[in-house]
Amino acid sequence: MRCEYACNSAEHTLSRRRFLGGMAAAGTVGMAGGFSRFLQPAAAAAMNGKQKHLLVVWLAGGASQLETWDPKPKTITGGPFRSIETSVPGVRISELMPKTARQMHRMALVRGVNTHEDDHGKGQVLMHTGRPEAPGNPQPHLGSLAARFMTDESNPLPGYIHITPGGGGSGTSEAAFLGPKYNAMFVGNGQPPANTARSGWFDEPGDVARHTMRRQLNDRFATRRRTADTEAYTSTYDQAQQLMARRDVFDVTKEPAEVLARYGTHDFGRHCMLARRLIEAGSTYVQVSHSNYDTHNENFSFHLEQVGEFDQSFAALLDDLAQRGLLEHTLVVVMSEFGRTPTINQLYGRDHWSKAWSVAMAGCGITAGNVVGKTNEKGTEVVDREVGAGHLFHTMLSAVGLDPKAGYEVDGRSIQIADPAAAPIKELLI
Amino acid sequence: MNAPDPTKIKLDLDLTHDRPLVSCKFDPTGKFVFAGTESDAVVRWDLATKTKTVMVGHETWVFALAFTPDGKVALTGGCDGRLVLWPTSDEKPAPIRTIDAHTGWVNAIAVSRDGQLAATVGNDRIARLWSLADGSLVQELPGHDKPVYQISFDLTGRYLVTADLQGRVIQWDLASRKEARRFDAGKLYAYNGGQQVDYGGVRDLSFSADGTLLACSGLIEASNPLGAVSNAALVIFDWATGTEKILLRAKEDLKGVGWGVRFHPSGFVTMLNGGNGGGILLFFQPAGPNEFHKFVLPNTGRALDLHPDSMSYAVAHHDGHLRTYRMPVKATA
Repeated sequence: MRCEYACNSAEHTLSRRRFLGGMAAAGTVGMAGGFSRFLQPAAAAAMNGKQKHLLVVWLAGGASQLETWDPKPKTITGGPFRSIETSVPGVRISELMPKTARQMHRMALVRGVNTHEDDHGKGQVLMHTGRPEAPGNPQPHLGSLAARFMTDESNPLPGYIHITPGGGGSGTSEAAFLGPKYNAMFVGNGQPPANTARSGWFDEPGDVARHTMRRQLNDRFATRRRTADTEAYTSTYDQAQQLMARRDVFDVTKEPAEVLARYGTHDFGRHCMLARRLIEAGSTYVQVSHSNYDTHNENFSFHLEQVGEFDQSFAALLDDLAQRGLLEHTLVVVMSEFGRTPTINQLYGRDHWSKAWSVAMAGCGITAGNVVGKTNEKGTEVVDREVGAGHLFHTMLSAVGLDPKAGYEVDGRSIQIADPAAAPIKELLI
Repeated sequence: MNAPDPTKIKLDLDLTHDRPLVSCKFDPTGKFVFAGTESDAVVRWDLATKTKTVMVGHETWVFALAFTPDGKVALTGGCDGRLVLWPTSDEKPAPIRTIDAHTGWVNAIAVSRDGQLAATVGNDRIARLWSLADGSLVQELPGHDKPVYQISFDLTGRYLVTADLQGRVIQWDLASRKEARRFDAGKLYAYNGGQQVDYGGVRDLSFSADGTLLACSGLIEASNPLGAVSNAALVIFDWATGTEKILLRAKEDLKGVGWGVRFHPSGFVTMLNGGNGGGILLFFQPAGPNEFHKFVLPNTGRALDLHPDSMSYAVAHHDGHLRTYRMPVKATA
């Protein structure tokens, strides 16, 4: 749905500072009960002192829980890989992740995930919004929420950065009714965002004069025809200016060679390092996608390759965040749109399986070394502490201090930010 | 040897197990057929009595099977990285020796013609030579950049051939233990940028009986690796020159992978197609380019071997069956 500010809504004038200060909202898109409800009081105080961050590692296509977090060796569904001990006694993960195994004391596993959704697109929306996709009623994705409600407007970096293979993406509606300025900015290939170097046609004074003139014309236009879209355009220009000043953050080649080697000399390694640099520089929400886990064919050979890359880069990322003191302020989540079938098909493949799979978390607000939920011996069903995407969404919001029960008012309707039918996974939260 | 007629091939033995099979091999005496399974068990069937013996010496699946030339010792290579030696014909075989051979999967094993050396390749991208007398490591042969899938000694015993995921085939000189030359079977490999995956490689190797040709089986036209959209193919090399002679493929798009290849002593070459298109045996003349006969199997196939009598093939099937398919003697005019 389009966010029309030309209706004289005051929403667009609300800054994050006023939001944190508890000003009530009115208008087409507002917060039921006032914006102050969105932050838990203690968290609001904490956030004023310390920025929190969200870092999502998205294993695109649906990674196999049996080849990652919930192995079932020596069973008919277990496949050829073995399990290994981790730094948490008694918790075993796939042998494909020896480096991550040494980081397990910093992590928590949710092994009882049942999301009832085996479609890629719908599963992706479900995991990012915490509720099933509803045509005509899109909900903001996690990254857009973080950009809107956790990002200070003075932050020169976009609130929602998505690092993808190749740097492409199509997240033009992830912000939904929050407005397009909270959509993702996509980067990739270890490169800074495109066109962030000043053109050789202008020197700095000339560039400033050009930008001032553009701003004056834009302000005049906006006095009568302001919409969420025009605001997004304005914001994009301002953001571009800020980005140009921070272009160096995106340059992973500034890292020492031994650090590059530790993360891995492949795209995902460079992307994880970029994620760490962005978090360190103050980005609120960073998502790194790793592709591709949709292994209907030769699941084991493909997971050997993909999980091998993931293991090296992710373990380096988590270790770096911890060593630099960033992990306690950063919630790290590893998830997919679903897991994969315990049954191995005739192509040595595993198909889509949302009935019993796993999500991993670490950092801010999460009890480290914890395992919540359990699947049966063959991994076909959840037998203890089943949770869905709604529970995970509640948990992620709670972990970074946002109130999942806070509500929006959208076109006169009150909508709770997280699915009212679900609740946080309390065993996971500090 | 009586010349067989592959156009009249038919099912001979149907041996069953309770797990899908992943590999198979006849022993050199022709008395047994062994199979790796989707479990830690290797299964041995006595072909005359159909007696099944389950052998457990690995922690997980076994893709690699081989025998010493006299047939007395069976060698198995597991996804646990172990090379295990067994007495082939003991009533209840127990491991003679276990060697930690590779980090990760052992993908293939070959034994030298003099029975002195075993050679193994694995996902750790290295080929290794082992003394069969004492199990010691004789030589490491690094040179591949991707997992190594197959290995074979040539007919002279002077060379070893290894082949990998990228279709790189390396010929090693056993006297110098150095790389002698490379063959390019890159046609059997693809990197899919959209899916960001490597796919293909040399899935099986076979020398012709006179040693002049080397066949590499695998796949081409991999438009959707994660969805198993590809076609099985063979690349035939001229061993003397190291150049590709021809690419053999089915007349139709059968959708599958060339999981196995065997040159027959009478000159034709057989490829096992397994995958979305089902299990199919394709019979080619080396001049190709397409099959002269196609035989559809009851289930997809995952591994192929030729009996020492050269009259029947074993196929390891996903449905847990080890089936042998026998060719009658060709009728003379």
